[in-house]
Amino acid sequence: MQEFLELLGNVVPSLLQGTVVTLQLAAVSLALGVAIGLPAGLGRVYGPRWLQRVIGVYITVFQGTPLLIQLFMVYYGLPDVGITFSRFAAAYLTLGLNSGAYQAEYLRGALQSVGEGQMTAARAIGMSKGQAIRSIILPQALRLVLPTWSNEAIAMLKYTAVVFLIAVPDLMGQAKIMAAKYFAPIAIYMIVAVFYLVLVGIAYLILRQVERRAQIPGLTGEVE
Amino acid sequence: MTTDPILRLENVHKSFGETHVLKGVSLTIQPRDVVVLVGPSGTGKSTLLRCINLLSPPTQGKIWLEEQEITAPGVNQDKVRQRIGMVFQDFNLFTHLTALGNVMVGLTRVRKMNKKEAYDLAMLELDRVGLVDRADHYPAQLSGGQKQRVAIARALGMDPHVMLFDEPTSALDPELTGEVLEVMQQLGQEGMTMMVVSHEMGFARRVASRIVFMEGGYIVEEGPPDQMFDAPRNERTREFLNKISSFEDNGQGE
Repeated sequence: MQEFLELLGNVVPSLLQGTVVTLQLAAVSLALGVAIGLPAGLGRVYGPRWLQRVIGVYITVFQGTPLLIQLFMVYYGLPDVGITFSRFAAAYLTLGLNSGAYQAEYLRGALQSVGEGQMTAARAIGMSKGQAIRSIILPQALRLVLPTWSNEAIAMLKYTAVVFLIAVPDLMGQAKIMAAKYFAPIAIYMIVAVFYLVLVGIAYLILRQVERRAQIPGLTGEVE
Repeated sequence: MTTDPILRLENVHKSFGETHVLKGVSLTIQPRDVVVLVGPSGTGKSTLLRCINLLSPPTQGKIWLEEQEITAPGVNQDKVRQRIGMVFQDFNLFTHLTALGNVMVGLTRVRKMNKKEAYDLAMLELDRVGLVDRADHYPAQLSGGQKQRVAIARALGMDPHVMLFDEPTSALDPELTGEVLEVMQQLGQEGMTMMVVSHEMGFARRVASRIVFMEGGYIVEEGPPDQMFDAPRNERTREFLNKISSFEDNGQGE
C-alpha cells in the first residue's frame, strides 16, 4: 500500500499534464469534427449529386480504415509528398477528419428521419429550400443527433489515446513514459484507466444535461 | 358576377412516371368561393391541390393566380406559395416550435417582420382559431384538433389570397373534427377563398358555394351544393354522394 501511494505521488503530476493534453485533443478534434461533419452531412443529403459522391468517398475512406493507419498516413505518409505536420497538427487533423466522417453520417441519419412533411409544410408557407433547412429541418435534426454525438464525444476521449504512437504526450503517452520509468506498467495502466473512466463519467454527466436542455416538451420519448 | 377569377386552371395534367393522375382539369374559382372537392380516393384531389401551390407542379397545362400565370417559366415559386395557404391532413406542425413559434417562423423568416410585429400578428391569428391560451404549447402537447387549428393559423399568418385544405379532418378523432370545421366555416364567412378536399358532407352543404366531383383524374361534375346533392346530372356523382352522405348520417364517420 505504502509503495502504491508513493508511486501514485510520483506519477500523478505527469498524468495530470497528460490529461490536459487529452482533453485538448478531444475538444479540438470534436470541434473540427463538427465543423466538417455539419456541412458534410448537409451536403450528403441536400447537395448536388457530384457533391454527395465526393462526401461519400470521404466518409467511406475514414470509416473504412483503422484510425491508427490514418494517423500514420498523415504523420509519416504525407511528408513524402511534401506536406509535413507537427505531431499535434497531425493528431488534430486525423482525429478531426475521422470524427467528421462519423458525425456527417450521424447527421445524415437525423436529417433523413425528420419527416418529409416538415419540409413540405415549410415550403408551403413560402420558405425556400435553404430557409426550410436552416429554420425547420436542421434544428430538429440537431436535437435528434445529440445523443449519438454524445456517444461520439465519449468515444473520442478514448480514441485520442492512439496519438501516443506518434509521441504526443497525452494521458496514454505519459502512461507509457511513467511505466518505463518506474517499471510498474500494470499499476500505472490501471491508474490511467481510472483517469479515463473519470473523464468519461464527467463528460457523460455534462452531455446528459445538454440533451435534457434540448428536449422538446412533450416529445421525451422521441429524443431519448 | 363578372369579377376576375382568383384562380384559374386550364387543362392541368400531372403524371408521376408512368402514372397519369390528373388528365386535364380545368377549373375557375372566384374570390370568396368555397369549393369542396369530393371523389373516390386516388382520383387526384390532393394532387390537384399540390399542383396549385406548385409543391408538385403540373406536367402540362396552365394555372393563373389572380392575373399571374404561376406555371410560366421563371416564376418565383416561393413567392407564389406565400399567397396560397395550405393545410395538411397530418398537420405537419414544426415539432420543435411552440404553437406561437409555428405561426411566427413564417412571419419573421419569410415576411421578414421584426419579432414584435410577428408576435402581435401571430397572437392575433391564434386568437382567430381560439388558441391564444395554448400559444406556448409544443405540438406534442396539443390535441389533434388544436394542432390543425394552429396549422390554420400558421397558414393565415402569411396573409394568403387562397387557402387549400387537404383532408383537414381525416386524421382527427370524430369528436375533434367539429372545432376545425367551425374555424373553417368562420373563415368562409369572412370571405376567404378556399378549396377543400373533404368528405364532411355536412360541412359541404353548409359552407360550400360549389361542390366539385372528381373521378379518375377528371372533373366529372360541378355545381352548387343543392344541385349536386339533390339533382346531380351525372349518375356517378349521384352514386358517390349518396354513398358518403348516408354513410355519414348513420355512421357518424365510424
